[in-house]
Amino acid sequence: MKELSLFLGCLIPNRYPGIEKATKLVLDRLGIKWSELKEASCCPAPGVFRSFDKITWLTVASRNLALAEEKDTDILTICNGCFSSLMDANNILKNDAVLRDEVNSHLKKIGKEYTGTVEVRHIIDFLYKDIGAHKVRNAIEKPLEVRAAVHYGCHLLKPTKDRKLGGAECPVFFDELVEATGAVSVPYEGKTSCCGAGGGVRSAMLETSLKMTEYKLERMKKAGVDCIVDACPFCHLQYDGGQVELAKAGKTYNLPVIHYSQFLGLAFGYTPEEVGLHLNAIVSPGFEEKIASIQKGNKLLE
Amino acid sequence: MKSSEILTCFQCGTCTGSCPSGRYTSLNVRRIVKDSVKKDISGEPDLWMCTTCYNCQERCPRSIKVTDAILQLRSEAVKKGRILPAHRKVCRFLIKTGHAIPIDDVHSAIRKKIGLGAPETVHKYPEALKEVKKILKSTGFDELVK
Ligand code: SF4
Ligand code: SF4
Repeated sequence: MKELSLFLGCLIPNRYPGIEKATKLVLDRLGIKWSELKEASCCPAPGVFRSFDKITWLTVASRNLALAEEKDTDILTICNGCFSSLMDANNILKNDAVLRDEVNSHLKKIGKEYTGTVEVRHIIDFLYKDIGAHKVRNAIEKPLEVRAAVHYGCHLLKPTKDRKLGGAECPVFFDELVEATGAVSVPYEGKTSCCGAGGGVRSAMLETSLKMTEYKLERMKKAGVDCIVDACPFCHLQYDGGQVELAKAGKTYNLPVIHYSQFLGLAFGYTPEEVGLHLNAIVSPGFEEKIASIQKGNKLLE
Repeated sequence: MKSSEILTCFQCGTCTGSCPSGRYTSLNVRRIVKDSVKKDISGEPDLWMCTTCYNCQERCPRSIKVTDAILQLRSEAVKKGRILPAHRKVCRFLIKTGHAIPIDDVHSAIRKKIGLGAPETVHKYPEALKEVKKILKSTGFDELVK
């Protein structure tokens, strides 16, 4: 297996940098070799760019893939959108010589070439398949006893024939990783339903997208969870920023939203601030107290 | 839009029943599939209410690539200049900065505060940004979203 280049994307470095920091902390703690994918751009985001112009979408994606090829590393994404764009573009280009030639005719102008020699991973898929939930569990000293609503996000799972992570109706791998920290993954109605952000809906039709978010938040709240755990900064923004937007209409949920990198960081003993929870729009003192009291007995905090 | 695959649709409605957006909007994906073989529907505003969640595509008993069809209809709309203002803005960000969501002062300051430097992306490497601009010009994207 090749080493990994960390692909940042847009939303994480530019809006939720706490997730970037937490990711680097947990990769190091697990002894996973990684380096930055320097000079990368937007993946480009599947919602707008993929629907606008396939060749542009493929070409910008192939430039990012070519950067990893030059280093001979696989790509590690921490966003379902980046995962979807880069993996799908990689699959399409590996299998279609005509498109590959067309993309390379554009890349040639900047002295690059796509050859199809690297793989695209998502941190959840990588941790589950290559590290294993048991190993993650072994790295944790004190269980993170909280009740979590796990949100997979659409593009981590689908299209299932490309993702190769099992079925999309009742997936378990992410729950296993969440439960490896000692948390309980609480079942809730509509668990695999969309957060509402994708496809450019959030940017162009905020109200519509928030209806889908409300559907989810209602059911998570009803299930009595302490927090939401996601794997994508776009879902993260939709739940975190979305709660602020919904509060204006008198709907309050107060559910802290936590990317798995941050959640794992907490389980490794890093404080809520160290993993960037204070940078969320929704900050829950009650949840942070709970984490603090769990961590007090935690040897890793010495 | 005609494809032999779409012609196998038997209007079961599984796609519409699975659609999280259709629960709240006028998006009726079963009807979109039906109409797409008969006429040009690239002007339908409903196409842009799809979150691309892939539920319809996953569950279609005829294995029709329903979400991919919506993406294709959207790109036909874009070719005709039908672009929502918010999406045009995102395109301009990509052309100008290499990112759909570029960094701003607030978040640059936050990065510094938590011990992160400038992101190791095109934001930090101007030559790399030039490359992205060049390929966006080469594919004609800048003209497309003008
Ligand atoms: S699920 Fe498939 S077969 Fe059924 S109506 Fe939708 S597109 Fe047609
Ligand atoms: S991909 Fe689009 S049309 Fe299909 S179920 Fe999801 S939101 Fe509805």
